[in-house]
Amino acid sequence: MDDSFSRLVPAAGRTWYVLDSGPVLTDEGLEPVGTILCVHGNPTWSYLWRSLVSAATDQARSGGPVWRVIAVDQLDMGFSERTGVERDLTLRVGDLSDLTDALALSGPVVTFGHDWGGVISLGWAVDHPDLLAGVLLLNTAVHQPESSKIPAPLRLTLGKGVLGAATVSTPAFIETTLALAHPPLALDVKEAYRAPYRSADRRGGVGGFVADIPVDASHVSDAERRRVAEGLRALTVPALFLWGPRDPIFSDRYLDDLVDRLPHADVHRFEGAGHLVAEDVDFASATLSWLGDRFGGSEPQDPPVPATAQPAFRSLLSALDERRESDEVALVEMPTTPGGTRTSVTWRGLARRVDRLAKGLALAGVERGDRVSLLVPPGVDLTAVLYACLRLGAVVVVADAGLGVKGLTRAVRGAWPAHLIGALPGLSAARALGWPGQKISTTALPAAAQKALGVAHSVPELLSLGAASAIGLPEAPGADDLAAILFTSGSTGPAKGVAYTHRRLAALCSTLGETYGVGPSTGIVAGFAPFALLGPALGARSVTPAMDVTSPATLTATAVAAAAAEIDATVLFLSPAALTNVVATAGDLSEGHRQALNQVGTFLSAGAPVSAALLESAATLMPNAVPHTPYGMTEGLLMTDVTLDEVRAAREQTEAVQGVCVGRPIAGVEIRISDLDRDGVAVGEPSEVVGTTGEIVVSAPHLFDHYDRLWLTDRAFRRDVPAGRWHRTGDVGHIDRDGRLWIEGRLPHVLSTPDGAVTPVGPEQRIESVPGVRRAALVGVGPRGTQVAVAVVETEPGARKVALSDPELASAVRDVAGLEVAAVLVVPLLPTDVRHNSKIDRTALATWAASILEGGPLVAPR
Amino acid sequence: MTTLVTGASGLLGRAVAVELLRRGVSVRTFQRRPSGVDGAEGYTGSITDPAAVERALVGVDSVVHLAAKVSLAGDPSEFEAVNVGGTKLLLAAAARAGVRRFVFVSSPSVAHSGSSLSGEGAGPADPLRARGDYARTKAEAELLALAADAAGFSVVVVRPHLVWGPGDTQLVARIVDRSRSGRLPLLAHGTALIDTLYIDNAATGIAQALARAVDVHGRAYVLTNGEPRPVAELLGGICRAAGVPAPERSIPARLATTAGSLIEAVWRLRPGLDEPPMTRFLAEQLSTAHWFDQRRTRHDLDWHPSVSLDAGFASLAAWYASGAPAL
Repeated sequence: MDDSFSRLVPAAGRTWYVLDSGPVLTDEGLEPVGTILCVHGNPTWSYLWRSLVSAATDQARSGGPVWRVIAVDQLDMGFSERTGVERDLTLRVGDLSDLTDALALSGPVVTFGHDWGGVISLGWAVDHPDLLAGVLLLNTAVHQPESSKIPAPLRLTLGKGVLGAATVSTPAFIETTLALAHPPLALDVKEAYRAPYRSADRRGGVGGFVADIPVDASHVSDAERRRVAEGLRALTVPALFLWGPRDPIFSDRYLDDLVDRLPHADVHRFEGAGHLVAEDVDFASATLSWLGDRFGGSEPQDPPVPATAQPAFRSLLSALDERRESDEVALVEMPTTPGGTRTSVTWRGLARRVDRLAKGLALAGVERGDRVSLLVPPGVDLTAVLYACLRLGAVVVVADAGLGVKGLTRAVRGAWPAHLIGALPGLSAARALGWPGQKISTTALPAAAQKALGVAHSVPELLSLGAASAIGLPEAPGADDLAAILFTSGSTGPAKGVAYTHRRLAALCSTLGETYGVGPSTGIVAGFAPFALLGPALGARSVTPAMDVTSPATLTATAVAAAAAEIDATVLFLSPAALTNVVATAGDLSEGHRQALNQVGTFLSAGAPVSAALLESAATLMPNAVPHTPYGMTEGLLMTDVTLDEVRAAREQTEAVQGVCVGRPIAGVEIRISDLDRDGVAVGEPSEVVGTTGEIVVSAPHLFDHYDRLWLTDRAFRRDVPAGRWHRTGDVGHIDRDGRLWIEGRLPHVLSTPDGAVTPVGPEQRIESVPGVRRAALVGVGPRGTQVAVAVVETEPGARKVALSDPELASAVRDVAGLEVAAVLVVPLLPTDVRHNSKIDRTALATWAASILEGGPLVAPR
Repeated sequence: MTTLVTGASGLLGRAVAVELLRRGVSVRTFQRRPSGVDGAEGYTGSITDPAAVERALVGVDSVVHLAAKVSLAGDPSEFEAVNVGGTKLLLAAAARAGVRRFVFVSSPSVAHSGSSLSGEGAGPADPLRARGDYARTKAEAELLALAADAAGFSVVVVRPHLVWGPGDTQLVARIVDRSRSGRLPLLAHGTALIDTLYIDNAATGIAQALARAVDVHGRAYVLTNGEPRPVAELLGGICRAAGVPAPERSIPARLATTAGSLIEAVWRLRPGLDEPPMTRFLAEQLSTAHWFDQRRTRHDLDWHPSVSLDAGFASLAAWYASGAPAL
């Protein structure tokens, strides 16, 4: 650490050790725009902030915004004076004021606190409104929610007899804290953290701090803690929370509490980081980026769209409201077990059910803005619960089983829902994995089961509560209130929560209706979750086919046809994985089934690329249907559309096919290309350039609003885009001269070879044309800029184990690939994601291939 | 003015001399026995003999120094004398003789300690980490050569990696012999990516380094085909060209490395025999990745290999088909 920042400051008769970049900046003639006041927790010291001090100084020196950083060692801590006096929270908040007075600190000041330093920094913030410009926090807490206990590790430390030993007479507390870093701290960093706390007499403050944790209302510091926590609600200054979720003490529940107090705060959860988030990730860059965005010095993000540019808003509940007197069928749920009964609901019945459930949920404590996690399979229950939540203004959190248990847990904990509505499997998982939220079951459970699962209410109970209650429904939510958080598939990194407002969901609904002619006369077979739920919002009747939602690839042709027959379906939505199995089981169809499928006029498969061959097979099942395969993503479900005929025409008109043709932008959607540099980085200004490959950048009224609690990610996906709401998709492709979009892969999968950037899909398509190759993935191995291409192939018949390909296959692959291929590896199976059963994580596959090509063990890819 | 090529009786030295002649350069060769390069002025003598070296440098303005003891085993003092002593002697004499350009032909092994190399550049030579007497002494010599770089005396280092081609008695002949007698196992399934250099490309690359010496002096460049392939494919390609069975049996790399160091030690005690069948160095070479970033080499030397791997295998096959005549 640079010694020039260290200084001793006398304040109110005590001597403080601080890191302060102020004198250095003054010496160099740099005038600060403001001060970052950093307060460490227990048992760390100002060393925690060293990277921020140097990064901010480097930024100032290189002509960027000049921020002075002051990081204090609290009294009795670090290298500050040992006072011999027990310092409770009130005293410590006052101590910090004494110090800033002594430093004659003038505004603007942003506070930055970690651990118990968080409360102290916020105390200072509440007490200095005239100087305060912003508040920043790393993992901390200001309030102990009544429903939860003090975290187990702390309870242990606070136990009688343990406190002194754990915190003062031995360095156990310090060592435990240092062990919380992910990845582990370097030895020299650990040594630095230990430096001020070498002997018991130096550690008094560590024990004092732990003793000062206000465990209950009788504690000496509780009143002050309450004062700060409530004072926060009045703060309107910009706020940033940078959070490490792997924290046994300050878990996500405390983040949720802070967000509740400062709803306007920007939040970024660093997946995988923990309590020592300042050591685990580059928090200094994140901090400086945020300060730049909020206080000037860098381009403003996402300028507001003028109100006139906003399309008219029609509530998602309007169509349902308009039909509340109709006795026509709105919704059918096919039996999931042989011999089971189907459930059919009229519009009148659905509207009543939604109203009653909304009231019942309100009585169970679901409030506007509350997050409600839905672990309910598609069908009548899910639809009723969804629309009831929308009516209340609650935010539905939808993470599907395709994420796997680990991914789901991460998603549910990340969104931190206040309530969780689930069927039995979901509730059992919630219990076993400790998912947060008040539990509500979809069916009435026996008392014992209810107790075992921690279930507070059931949907039938809430329906009768709602029916019996005379309360009115609350005011309908506003267009720009949050409506839903949908999780991405996680096929490329941890799943991200994608937040939609009512306005944007409503726009999605009308786009779906207009593009595919879905309206009051339409019957939808809803085999693809996001669209399946929109039937009632479009006034269309819909049916859920019998299927196992955790495994879309098990949907059969018979199930689809039976569902279609039930409501005279004219539109069919299916995921590609489901479609594959439907085609494979077509032989089981009866004549009656075939006739039902003859009525289908439009058929849609979305979610992952669909091959022309698959669409053709599906088309033979539905001879009167136009097959469509739209392109989209969780962040924007409908971006382009293409029919089977157009796919065929495009392939015929294109000499060297490079990628998958996904057609032209849907009405209201704009598409730009940000071209790639030689290293495969999307550097180009997004433009409508024809024929150049780059990152696909999209804009549409039905695009998502933001990523949930991922401020940095959100920022990255809006980097250097035109004015308005644009999104970098992370997909690469090009626009042809007829205005059609071709997808060539994912941006992180682009190879960076000495000859420039190479997108994987084109060569993969050519390799898949080699007889005996079933599927291929192209990955880059070696340092970016000089990577070599490696083809990983599944063969027909399948290989039993991983091996180098034989010379004949390697030579055939090289002949068609269109680029130098260093090696051809044969695998029994290319690993794919669960949700789509088709997306290959080529980043992971590249790491695997690199290991083998360095002489590593011949293990199968995962 | 004349270019002196040392070590021109070997496969690579001869190819360089021929390439320079093709470019219209006047060539003098210098090695212990006649090089037999048509059109070159042939001098013979030892690189460790000051008088012979001095004689060979009369009227010379540029040097390509290839003469070295290249072997996987042998007496360490011999490596020292030829590779370090010879280079030192030649550098000093060349500077005195008014030579302006000096290309030192080195090896990528001077910078590496046996771990996998994937897309590596040309790091500094390191005699302390280089494995084996050959690599260690070449590393020392390379440092001497670069230290001699000065205004008016442009030194360039090139490090060709695994040169092969028709007439190769080192790599190709040994692979073919062992494979023919069933003594060529694959190490760790032969999946390690290895970049090699076809002989014709080596010759043009070195000639180009000489031509560009004034602009790129003081630097080292790894020369390869820029076509890394799994080692099993390379061995298979060579064996197929020679009409012998490709290796299929695989043994674990660690086993080979251990056996290699044992054999290496035994061979030291019993000098005078043929090369040991597997040295630790060779085991590492054949079981870990060795391929290099060629962007700087190609840009700075304004050079691009003109013979692809597959074209190289075809030429090798043609040569074996015609009875493997001496070149």
